[in-house]
Amino acid sequence: MTLAGWLQIALAVGVVLATVVPLGAYMTRVFDGRIAFLAPIETALYRIAGVDPAREQRWSAYAFAMLAFNAAGFVFLYGVLRLQDVLPLNPAGMAAVTPDLAFNTAVSFVTNTNWQSYGGETTLSHFSQMVGLTVQNFLSTATGIALAIAFARGFARARSATIGNFWVDVTRSTLYLLLPLAIIMALVLVAMGMPQNFAGPIEATTLEGASQAIAQGPVASQVAIKMLGSNGGGFFNVNAAHPFENPTAWSNLLQLWAILAIGAALTATFGRMVGARAQGRALLAAMVIMLVVGLGVSYWAESAGNPGFVAAGLDSPANWEGKETRFGIANSAIWSVFTTAASNGSVNAMHDSFTPLGGLVPLFNMEIGEVIIGGVGAGLYGILLYAIIAVFVAGLMVGRTPEYLGKKIGGTEVKLTMLAVLVSPLACLFFTALACVWPGALAGLANAGPHGFSELLYAYSSAAGNNGSAFAGLSANVPFFNTTLGLTMLLGRFALIVPMMAVIGRLAMAPKVPESAGTFPTTGALWIGLLIGVIVIVGGLTFFPALALGPIVEHFAMQAGGLF
Amino acid sequence: MFSLLRPALSLLAVFVALFGVAYPYAITGIAQAVLPDQANGSLIEKNGQVIGSSLIGQSFAEDKYFWPRPSATMGADPADPAKSVSAPYNATASSGSNLGPTAQALFDRLKGDIAHYKQGSPNNQGSVPTELATASASGLDPHISPKAAVYQAARVAAARGLPENSVRTLIDRQTEGGFLGLVGEPRVNVLVLNLALDAMSPATPSPNDRPR
Repeated sequence: MTLAGWLQIALAVGVVLATVVPLGAYMTRVFDGRIAFLAPIETALYRIAGVDPAREQRWSAYAFAMLAFNAAGFVFLYGVLRLQDVLPLNPAGMAAVTPDLAFNTAVSFVTNTNWQSYGGETTLSHFSQMVGLTVQNFLSTATGIALAIAFARGFARARSATIGNFWVDVTRSTLYLLLPLAIIMALVLVAMGMPQNFAGPIEATTLEGASQAIAQGPVASQVAIKMLGSNGGGFFNVNAAHPFENPTAWSNLLQLWAILAIGAALTATFGRMVGARAQGRALLAAMVIMLVVGLGVSYWAESAGNPGFVAAGLDSPANWEGKETRFGIANSAIWSVFTTAASNGSVNAMHDSFTPLGGLVPLFNMEIGEVIIGGVGAGLYGILLYAIIAVFVAGLMVGRTPEYLGKKIGGTEVKLTMLAVLVSPLACLFFTALACVWPGALAGLANAGPHGFSELLYAYSSAAGNNGSAFAGLSANVPFFNTTLGLTMLLGRFALIVPMMAVIGRLAMAPKVPESAGTFPTTGALWIGLLIGVIVIVGGLTFFPALALGPIVEHFAMQAGGLF
Repeated sequence: MFSLLRPALSLLAVFVALFGVAYPYAITGIAQAVLPDQANGSLIEKNGQVIGSSLIGQSFAEDKYFWPRPSATMGADPADPAKSVSAPYNATASSGSNLGPTAQALFDRLKGDIAHYKQGSPNNQGSVPTELATASASGLDPHISPKAAVYQAARVAAARGLPENSVRTLIDRQTEGGFLGLVGEPRVNVLVLNLALDAMSPATPSPNDRPR
């Protein structure tokens, strides 16, 4: 560990925090309709769609609109992937994507997971990348933001039957937020060295006379939204470790910012919408504390590295396997924590080659539901679900009806919230266990021993949390994994959202109760501590046995020099 | 039902046109006009021929060139295209090794790589720099650390009949530092360094050359 490394960590966290207030204020204005510089386009869109922007929806109509929109996106993307061999913009002559892989990839991008069973430059045409994946990068992100904004309205409103209009929320978040940011970021990324063209692989003759084909394509336009929207699906197989997908330390810093920027700023938007900015700051504080702890553990673990390296004749135990020289240990550790704190899932180093504890941090981040700033929108609604549980726990302790932001939290709300919180762990652990006993499934593992189990656990944790990062040694492109991971992603997204929408609807209907002396304060250190405690205990209790079988036992094996 | 289908389908169609077509084409148009070099992959040409990209690593095995880190990329077996075989620095199929820290296979591979780099640095009694003998994440890492370059300086100097000091000076000149020691790690671009070497002392095969 070096001072420069710690400073890089501080810098990465600093740039994210620096934009929370301005971006949060801007988003507030976008969603209450005060930003309207594209009003003619917006109005035209509503006319084509037959949507009356002034007409709001009840929670059920909002949820059905969201489901219909995502279902249409799924069918379209599946079709593009299946037909890419006859569609244009296929200079490398890629074949049609197989049915199971197309199902997995379409689910993956519609759910904002962006798990890569596909290989990017080895599987997909430029048309599939642009018209298929890039479009869903925008739309799945917009869906997440819309849901978070609806949740905020649930708390902000009193005795309201409606929670906004899904079509309006999606349109406004894409037009006023995602598109302008993506355009600026894509051009900056090109300036930093990222390719943006429609060519096939370039043939080069190396200095030693060998031939090297170099794949490229419209990389920057996809990467910009991939990072801003916590999508994470790479243009290339190795994602942001590829020098074309992350050419310099500066492009690395910009992309790190983009992973967390919108998610972090949404806490400020939430605070403004519910009329108490301190409430948004309290949520952000809890997130940042957990983020910084994860960064410290990860950087320490990767620097302390692998004692076996020195014994084998290397000059330092630092874990350089699967890391790029231009990023080094610190920036690889930062990225692994940021990408799993959010539901981004991009990687700039191979998580499969991380030390056991360095790999435990991303696993844990995903398993607690990616609420450490989290995916765009999904992080905010995720931590609000935990906040409901936390006030419920506090209410049990002091013997009063729990309240949060002036809303009484009743039995039905808590039951629905628990349903939403439990569905992801259930899907993750069930399918991990199934994969362990499914005939032939273990043949896909790249590593033996506890690390092999970690590969499975990581895959299903990533799918259930809609993250998309991988212990990439797992050969996931087989029908069993494509199907079960696809189902896990669907459950982790939509089976969580539907009960949550019901909670939102009930909150919006409820009256506001005035704060009294007996109201448990939901700002300040006590609340932040309680919230973190609930998150860690729920995540820890659910996943500790599985983690003990994977990274924890592997850590002790590595210290003892055990190999598998 | 139609009340849901119409907005879902029509908005999807408009967004596909906007984000899937107009957006990437607009970015490509601007990038090709303003930043053609970067937008086309930062290619390096020599005598009108593309010899690589300054961002993408390539294989070097001759003694007169600096060697890059091991690459775990695979390629189709020329004998049987259905099978994959090791194909280092295959820039159409990026990949890391994905070997975990307790994998026997990792330590088996390290043994061979450590021997390879040690043999390429016969005067060096010290251990091999860790980052030099470990495989990168992409399999296309264009850089090595300055330490890893210095480790190989004696071999390169001998193969070219240059004083070792002038090779070390060249490494110093080619080292890109972290900005204010903050953003990025100190590193040397192997292809750019080897091109500079060729410019300094034309690459005539020397008797010491042992291609691997």
